[in-house]
Amino acid sequence: MAALKSRTRRYRVSKRLAPYLFLAPFALLFIAFLIAPMVYAFTLAIYKTTVVGGTRFVGAENFVRALSDPKFWQGVTVLLQFALIQIPGMVAVALLIALILDSGTVYAKSFFRVSLFLPYAVPAVIATLIWGYLYGPAFGPFTQLANLLGLPPPNFLTPGMMLPSIANIANWEYTGYQMIIYYAALQAIPADLEEAASMDGASSLIYALKVKLPLIVPMVVVTIIFSIIGSLQLFSEPYLLHNLSPTVINNAYTPNYYAYTLAFTNQQYNYSAAVSFVLGGVTAVISYAFMLIVNRGGRT
Amino acid sequence: MTNDMKREFIQAMLNRRQLLQAAGAGTAAVALSGLGSAASAQEKVELTIWAWTPNTQSEIDLFTKAFPNISVKLENAGQGPDEYVKLRNAVRAGTGLPDVGQVEFTNIPGFRQLQALLDMGQYGANDVKDKFIDWTWASASEGDAVYGIPWDSGPMGILYRADVLDAHKIAVPKTWAEFAESSKALSKASPNTYLTNFGGTADGGWVIALLAQAGWKPFELNGTDLKLHLNDAIAKKWAVYWQDLIDANAVGVKTPVWTTDWFTGLDEGTYASWLTGAWGAVFIPQFAKKSNGHWRAAPLPQWEEGKYVSANLGGSTFAVFNTTKHPKEATQLAVFLGSDPETARLWNTKQFLFPVLKDLVADPELMSHKYDLYGGQAVNEIFVESAKHVDSSFQYAPFQDYLAGQVQQELSASIGGKGSLSDAFDRLQEVVSAYCSDQGYTVSQ
Repeated sequence: MAALKSRTRRYRVSKRLAPYLFLAPFALLFIAFLIAPMVYAFTLAIYKTTVVGGTRFVGAENFVRALSDPKFWQGVTVLLQFALIQIPGMVAVALLIALILDSGTVYAKSFFRVSLFLPYAVPAVIATLIWGYLYGPAFGPFTQLANLLGLPPPNFLTPGMMLPSIANIANWEYTGYQMIIYYAALQAIPADLEEAASMDGASSLIYALKVKLPLIVPMVVVTIIFSIIGSLQLFSEPYLLHNLSPTVINNAYTPNYYAYTLAFTNQQYNYSAAVSFVLGGVTAVISYAFMLIVNRGGRT
Repeated sequence: MTNDMKREFIQAMLNRRQLLQAAGAGTAAVALSGLGSAASAQEKVELTIWAWTPNTQSEIDLFTKAFPNISVKLENAGQGPDEYVKLRNAVRAGTGLPDVGQVEFTNIPGFRQLQALLDMGQYGANDVKDKFIDWTWASASEGDAVYGIPWDSGPMGILYRADVLDAHKIAVPKTWAEFAESSKALSKASPNTYLTNFGGTADGGWVIALLAQAGWKPFELNGTDLKLHLNDAIAKKWAVYWQDLIDANAVGVKTPVWTTDWFTGLDEGTYASWLTGAWGAVFIPQFAKKSNGHWRAAPLPQWEEGKYVSANLGGSTFAVFNTTKHPKEATQLAVFLGSDPETARLWNTKQFLFPVLKDLVADPELMSHKYDLYGGQAVNEIFVESAKHVDSSFQYAPFQDYLAGQVQQELSASIGGKGSLSDAFDRLQEVVSAYCSDQGYTVSQ
């Protein structure tokens, strides 16, 4: 009797503990690599350290300053333009390729899938260095080709061309990745739908547009939100292209580049932390606004 | 950093005597703990050194031959500002600093402000003091406290392509007025060929060095009172001079310096010269496919005919970081690389670094050494004269990286269409004043 009781108690205790144990691997990493740095950054942001005067508590001063900093907002504006240029094209191309690969009309399917995905495995820094070389206005291959043909050499690094040029690098890096996500979603569509559609006499084009596409719209919305967040975090590409075109890209070109400069060149760590937090807030607001718009559109 | 440490630093900046006292007090305490932890001669010690000079391993090998119990790991963490960003991150993180690092003279004050440098004086660095040219030693030390072992200096000159200038019958300009004329003549005779490329969009240090040559003295620091006149008459004159050349399309501005395109341009002869420090030549063999042997060096153009005022661009030291576990061995490495006669000679003959040792500068054999890159010219003779005419009273700011960054930023903005170079200096004055006020200085003009 006593033995049975203790066993049930042990069973109950372990039942209560089990979820936490299962959560622990994630929770510990989450706390160590996300929560703790954020708390640290927040404490940085509410203090101010100066060469003369030392460290003092300033409360919201850094945040207020960031909110009214034209350099910060200039960066946000540039990135919103960037998102508008980059995301639609990338999503459209990725969807198209995913639909083609899924339609079963392609030979060497896995070869195309892997080779289109491959650029995603190249680090952004390397990708930018490669494209930076290709864009080179004096001795880059495009310029050399144009010179050879006697055409005016293209310049990819002018104020007007810079965002499209960066968008091109981002597309090269991420289209394959988006495509894999869409492809996986398409593969999950039950085959009986296709049977039903063909019984009803739908061509494969009609089937793709009227059946498959609507079914993966939620997935597309999610990837667009991720892309918006990714766009607002843009750093490596402008940071590296700055060397090639300092007259177009200044060190506040994107908010993350601005935060980087503030911290590591200007040694204004506190203000830099505040700028990062405000950027996080702006990103949350924009992502939420996008979701609201999409949801409203879906309902009507 | 505590307030006391900061106050100590600021005083140190202003008053050498006070600094001597402060440094003396610190020395005793650190020396005791330092000696205890110094490894014995037999123990294997591993040191890490950061440097961005090419082929640095040759000199490191000389050290490990002389000190077989010390092994040295050489890492290249980027050139100049790139390396300093990594160093500052490591200082901030309290971990990840190398034992020894390449730090330019310009950045010694900044790293001292961060309390990151070991005083090598405690480990006998002053024994070699007298070997060094006085101003180089003084630039990296305060009294008996030694924060960097001078390595090379950057007396400026004009490195030019004799083949390109000869082809267009252009003489080497002796004054800035001649330089402007030649620039215009060359770009007229051969479109898309420039006498030089304007470095201001990508290299703030270059601008500051050339302004120093013109006599620019933009700061006066007195206690916490900072007088700042970045947009004074000298800066304006300099800005107007270069703006004129840019407007006439007589200097290159489209390709930023230090890029592959620019290096290729130097090799191709698109840019017929490079206004730089003696060390500039170290980079040329890395890209020179056609231009090897066609380079020559000449003195920096002058603002006043008949006078000789030069400037120093860059020039580095070996600094030891106070996080090192082997302060004695790290000091030995820094001292050896800076002062060992054979090593110092190799820096010059192999890497074109201009020596900072009295013996070497006075050595007729080294000074008349003929370099293949320069078509057999004994360029040391040019740079030794340049070194003698550097105005060493020019002071570096404790926020030198920030200043250089802003100079580059504002000049780039102007060239990108935001006003003239002269406007850039007005904006610079505004931005840097705001920054210094924010840092707690009382700023006035």
